[in-house]
Amino acid sequence: MQRPSWAPEEIDVDRPSAARVYDYYLGGLHNFSADRDMAARAVADWPELPRIMQANRAFLRRAVRHLAAQGIDQFLDIGSGIPTVGNVHEIAQAALGEARVVYVDIDPVAVAHARALLADDPTTGVVEADFTDPSSVLDDPVTRSLIDFSRPVGVLVVALLHFVGDDRRPGEVLARYREAMAPGSHLVLSHASADGAPEHADEHRALYRRTATPMTMRSRDEVAGLVAGFTLVEPGIVYLPQWRPDDPSAPLENPERFTGHAVVGRRD
Amino acid sequence: MTEPPAAAPAAPDRDTLDALAAHWAEEVEGTSYVPMAADELQEHLLELAGLVVEAVRAEPPRPEVGAEVGRRLVAAHFTGPSTLERTVVLLADRLPALYGPEVIPAVHALTGALAAGYAATLRDRTLDEQEAIRRAVLVARQHTEQALHASEARFRAMFHEAAIGIGLGDMEGRILEVNPAMTRMFGHTADEFSALTVGELAHPDDAPAVWRLYERLLRGELDNFRVEKRFFRRDGEVIVGHLTLSLVRDEEGRPSYQLAMLEDVSERHRLQQHLTYQAYHDPLTTLANRARFTERLEKVFADAGPHSTRRVGVCYLDLDGFKTINDSLGHHVGDLMLQEVARRLGACAGEGELVARTGGDEFVVLVEDSQGVDRLVGLADRVLAALAPPLRLAGQELAVGASIGVVEQAVTDTTASELMRAADITLYTAKAEGRGRWAVHDPSRDEAETARFTLSAALPMAVAHDEFFVLYQPLVSLSDHRVRGVEALVRWQHPRLGVLSPALFIGPAEETGVIVPLGRSVLETACRDARDWHAEFGSAAPFVSVNVAPRQLHEPGLVAEVAALLDRTGLPPDRLQVELTERALTTDEGAPLKALDGLRAMGVRIAVDDFGTGYSNLSYLRKLPVDVIKLDGSFGEGLREEELYDEVDERIVGTLVDLGHALELTVTAEGVETAAQAARLRELGCDEGQGWLFAPALPAGDVATMLRRGEPLGELTAASPSRPAGLRAGSRPRRRAGPRRDGRGA
Repeated sequence: MQRPSWAPEEIDVDRPSAARVYDYYLGGLHNFSADRDMAARAVADWPELPRIMQANRAFLRRAVRHLAAQGIDQFLDIGSGIPTVGNVHEIAQAALGEARVVYVDIDPVAVAHARALLADDPTTGVVEADFTDPSSVLDDPVTRSLIDFSRPVGVLVVALLHFVGDDRRPGEVLARYREAMAPGSHLVLSHASADGAPEHADEHRALYRRTATPMTMRSRDEVAGLVAGFTLVEPGIVYLPQWRPDDPSAPLENPERFTGHAVVGRRD
Repeated sequence: MTEPPAAAPAAPDRDTLDALAAHWAEEVEGTSYVPMAADELQEHLLELAGLVVEAVRAEPPRPEVGAEVGRRLVAAHFTGPSTLERTVVLLADRLPALYGPEVIPAVHALTGALAAGYAATLRDRTLDEQEAIRRAVLVARQHTEQALHASEARFRAMFHEAAIGIGLGDMEGRILEVNPAMTRMFGHTADEFSALTVGELAHPDDAPAVWRLYERLLRGELDNFRVEKRFFRRDGEVIVGHLTLSLVRDEEGRPSYQLAMLEDVSERHRLQQHLTYQAYHDPLTTLANRARFTERLEKVFADAGPHSTRRVGVCYLDLDGFKTINDSLGHHVGDLMLQEVARRLGACAGEGELVARTGGDEFVVLVEDSQGVDRLVGLADRVLAALAPPLRLAGQELAVGASIGVVEQAVTDTTASELMRAADITLYTAKAEGRGRWAVHDPSRDEAETARFTLSAALPMAVAHDEFFVLYQPLVSLSDHRVRGVEALVRWQHPRLGVLSPALFIGPAEETGVIVPLGRSVLETACRDARDWHAEFGSAAPFVSVNVAPRQLHEPGLVAEVAALLDRTGLPPDRLQVELTERALTTDEGAPLKALDGLRAMGVRIAVDDFGTGYSNLSYLRKLPVDVIKLDGSFGEGLREEELYDEVDERIVGTLVDLGHALELTVTAEGVETAAQAARLRELGCDEGQGWLFAPALPAGDVATMLRRGEPLGELTAASPSRPAGLRAGSRPRRRAGPRRDGRGA
């Protein structure tokens, strides 16, 4: 019999998980051989991938610091994955001393791990929910207990929406989150794209088809469509390393090889 | 040697360290993800560089510091193996270059310790993180299992507690699992069910289509179907179940189970049947009702194609005099009568015949596939025969009669509504022909009857618009053919149809009550015209004979009205004659007789019209306040032809004349058409005659002209003395049925 929709999905560590593959790319050790196999195959085809993932993680770090500098001290990190290194609460707490962060993921293992890791930190919370069901995220008691939506909040959808196909209308879903965000809130978004490396895109998508989360690459224009309704923070939509680099004077070679779009938008 | 003093090594100078750190950062950048900005990274490595330089230059060197550096690299998340490689190469290369070859042994020792410290820390970290992620998997699995258990428990509870019966069977039809609702529904235990197959739940009433659907489901051609069917309970009782059978497929889409959901709808079904029964049956008689009858009749037509040879018939039946019974004996007796009639009708009906009660005392028998009128006529005869024996109801014997309209037609020649209209008209005809009989639908008569129906509706307006006028037909003395009186005959000047005879509208006028104002108006006109003749001709003026309907006699003000009219017009009462039908006089009710007494006391003469056609109770005639009898024209028919006369008719007429005279009544013959007839009637002693021989019905002005001429009317001859006894009419003319209000010579 097929698994009916009411039965929870089985945990199958023989099947690669996007969250654990990402962890592996970042040098994490929270992964299994199926994850590493997949990552190895991906890297064999696209050697820059680990650097792209690192660039993505670095963008997250810079964006959270930017938000913290704007006075934002509460964050909703959706699609947070395996809490590995350079987590949002670490960055924010380092910058502000105190910040509240809710991590949201659909991967039960990532969620279980995050809960174990953050069990002793009352300023953080973990929610198992689906991004495309905004009320399940926004109305979760954990979310409600940590985040005050009447104040500016940082909503992070970093390296997430390429796992949400057009059939699930990510733009409309984002708009639902936007409506819940108080003015002054920020959206941090990065998105895989084939724009800079079209020769790798098909192969990469094929690999992700084996995971529970197939990939949808989007162009710059499509990403612009997703964040419609937000006022884009300088420099707008750029390749990952180009978003407010730590050292603006440092030369950046072939930024398009870091093929992912980064953007931060403000809710006015 | 001009080497710097080998005393305590000088603190490493800052610039050198910065450069080393920068170089180091450059080497390891990108080998691992480290959550630090470039300057932070360099800061971190500067600290480590300081430790390293201090360790190799210490006296004695402290290479074990390398282990700490390796540990801190991993702690900063320099977990990529190339970080270690690049670090070792960098230190081995740069430290001797910066601080001289004498540090080489220390550098070797330190990098070795660094590699060991790095590896040990990374190993620990790896084990920790692997353990963490495995624990996370376990927790997640546990969570999933709990959720699964919870949902299974929920679904098991649902399965157990469901009010609907649920059963799971395999593809061979074996019943694998049933819930308690199912066991309750069938009275089988779960174990007994497991010995059953789906096929054993068949019921002989199952439509073959049900099991065809089942076969298709088993073959995987259908994913589910719903059906309402009967099932046997264990105790043999039948239940009606609303069954939804669904196919359950495996992951490859192969049929693997069948899932039945069954709702016991027996109660609803019973209620539905009850409601349907109520909707289609008459509660009093339990016969089918009008709705059921109409549906069946329409189905006969709907089922027949354009080339169908199918025929259909109805006997449409109405009890005679039912209202009187109901009014005089009460509704209870009326109801009992209807029930008994229904029972007798039901006994008359055979295969393919539906008996329905369609109205108060209206019944209909529908004969599907009638194959000719004979069957219907036979049925009508049976029905009349069945109703003939008196009914014993509420301690008394009551006679009931019925009139039946019979229609039998090819389905392609008519429609359901046309058939019923024809039945209605035919029933009316049967009633008009004198009740207690049937009449068969005659399409040629239909038109007239239809007109009659439409006329009926137009009557009240016609009276209001005064569309009627009066003609007069002379009544002559048979002895000299001189005019003695005239009979007033009403005509309807219909705006579209022209002049209409009373045969078309008197009946409806009586039924609708319009006869009362109409009769009043005719009476008034007749009295005025007669008064005018009287004024002109004095004692030679004719009396006027006016028909009065039974309904008018029941009007309480009739006598006073006539008195006032005579007074108003100045017509002497003895110039007015009132004609009544025999039927009006033979009712046992008092009001009409009192009215007649009142009229007679005034001097008005009373004539009995159509004498001999009704229920002639001669003993009654003796007591009635009557002056004249008018013999129905049919009695004289046999006397018309000189050569062919009917001896029986002659005797009857003779007897009636003698009877009339014995009662001191004037006898008038109607329908006199030949001189021979007039002569015979005169010979038989008839006093007066009326008919075409003398004159048709004339306008008042023509009557005056005729009176002025003062001549006898019609050929006055002696009766033929030779009556050859052998030349009798071959057949007696059929008595005409139907009301003959006037008809003669009109």
